[in-house]
Amino acid sequence: MSLGRMKIGRATFWRANAFRIVACAVLLLVVGLSLAANWLAPGGYVKQYREAADSAPSRQHWLGTDDIGRDRFARVLYGTRISLLLAPAAAFLSTLMAALIGGMAGYLGGSWARVAMALTDLCLSLPWLFLLITVRALMPLNVSPMVSVLATFLILGMLGWTSAARVLCASAGSLRDSDFVCQARASGIRGARLFWVHVLPNLKPVLYAQFWISIPAFILAEANLGILGLGVAEPMPSWGSLLKELEGLVSVGEEPWKFVPLVLLVVVVTSFQFVLSKQEELAA
Amino acid sequence: MPKQTNPARGTMVRKIARHGVTLVATVMLGGFLSATLVRLAPGFDVDEAQLDPHLNSESIRALRETRLEQRNIFRFYFRSLQRAAHGDLGTSISLGQPVTLLLRDRAPLTLRLVGLGLLLSWTAAMALSLSAAWLRVQAYDALTTVISGAFLCIPAAVLALLSVLWNVPGSLAVGLIVFPQVFRYSRDLLAKAYSLPHIVTARAKGLNELRILFWHVVPVAGPQLLAVAGISVSIAVGAAIPVEALCGLAGVGQLAWQAALARDLPLLMNITILVTLVTLLANSGADVIGTMLRNRKA
Repeated sequence: MSLGRMKIGRATFWRANAFRIVACAVLLLVVGLSLAANWLAPGGYVKQYREAADSAPSRQHWLGTDDIGRDRFARVLYGTRISLLLAPAAAFLSTLMAALIGGMAGYLGGSWARVAMALTDLCLSLPWLFLLITVRALMPLNVSPMVSVLATFLILGMLGWTSAARVLCASAGSLRDSDFVCQARASGIRGARLFWVHVLPNLKPVLYAQFWISIPAFILAEANLGILGLGVAEPMPSWGSLLKELEGLVSVGEEPWKFVPLVLLVVVVTSFQFVLSKQEELAA
Repeated sequence: MPKQTNPARGTMVRKIARHGVTLVATVMLGGFLSATLVRLAPGFDVDEAQLDPHLNSESIRALRETRLEQRNIFRFYFRSLQRAAHGDLGTSISLGQPVTLLLRDRAPLTLRLVGLGLLLSWTAAMALSLSAAWLRVQAYDALTTVISGAFLCIPAAVLALLSVLWNVPGSLAVGLIVFPQVFRYSRDLLAKAYSLPHIVTARAKGLNELRILFWHVVPVAGPQLLAVAGISVSIAVGAAIPVEALCGLAGVGQLAWQAALARDLPLLMNITILVTLVTLLANSGADVIGTMLRNRKA
């Protein structure tokens, strides 16, 4: 290929994927900043500056301090780290459950598929937020911060598999009757081996898509739970618990720096939407 | 002459019957699962009232006995169903009032909130998606996508908080939560319908836009839009919980929130049944009406 054509090809690629590339860069920047929290905010998220409680942004505290004097910038960085690291963990768990329940149901077919899909329909018939709030509220609330982090994201993972399971059941069902699976069956491969070696690897694109599209949904779900006081427990920060600060606001213009966690969340979820626009088509 | 049966009508009756059976089974199972979840929740057996130093041993024993009935989840559920058949939904443990009375008092507010929210979201979504489909200007399409995308990225609870901050009605918050979901589907459906060859031809021949919309686009996209309408009811009901809880509106959403926090088994079970019933009815209704429209078209 000539150099001119390569240049045109590269330019077309950049133009076609400009938004996606910018979104990727934003996500990498936010993840990088959150991982560098130890260096950027050495004071940590618990240290109290009692002489400067509820202060406005300053040189020492870039985003001011909260009502008990903790540095808001440090809390935003650490909160971002918790939300951005644990949402993929919950997405992994939900995708795994979807693969096992939906994939197996589709592969086995018959009454297995009917029972699994009835269970899926039952979970889908309840609004996602209602289900999430009810189940989280039923778990112990007065627990250590680490347990609350685990409980929150475990619930997200355990309840978020239903719609993915439906898609995977349909995909596995079509693979079950495909030529190569029939040939494998004719060669004597049966049961779990057939599922693990032949069916599951072919579900990988759908699984990847489901995994990636679950992440922004779980970030938003954690934020909702946090605002309602059912998310990550104090003093550990997360986007949800940081957004709870908005409850005490009297007007928007009064303390605009309190909206930084919201802006960050919107930017990250929007970036995910841009990056995942093709994945969503694949998962549908 | 033998009486001829309409095959389409037979299919419809079978469909309605199947939906009815599924609905009843799912509602029953949903109620049972919610009751089981509350029963297994830590702290279920503990009642704050038992710690009241003013109560004597007789009263504490009486309180414990009321909880004993709920220990066996199967027995509790069966008895609840028996009572429900006679119109008695039990008494709320945390609020000490009959569940029927609580639901009757709070349902109108939630109905109004959800209804107005749905109306606002559908009006906004249809106005934007129809204008985007009519105009077919890339910049306008991108703008509408950005507007809906922005609301999609804001947590429902934040919209509820902002509605309190700006002193706007909670139904607007519900509307803004539902709007991006409805817009996303309706825009795709309308864009697909408007790109069909017969509609392109009709437009090229200079047919009135309203005539094209009601005679050619609605029959194509209508059944699928009805399915979206069914889903949007479920989203609106879910959105009502944070909105009512954070805006201090005394509706069923706030009641569900209080029941979950207080581990109030009779109340939570009945609310779960009610929510499941409403969402299933909306989805089944949308499906049946969609099938009717398709049959009429055929």
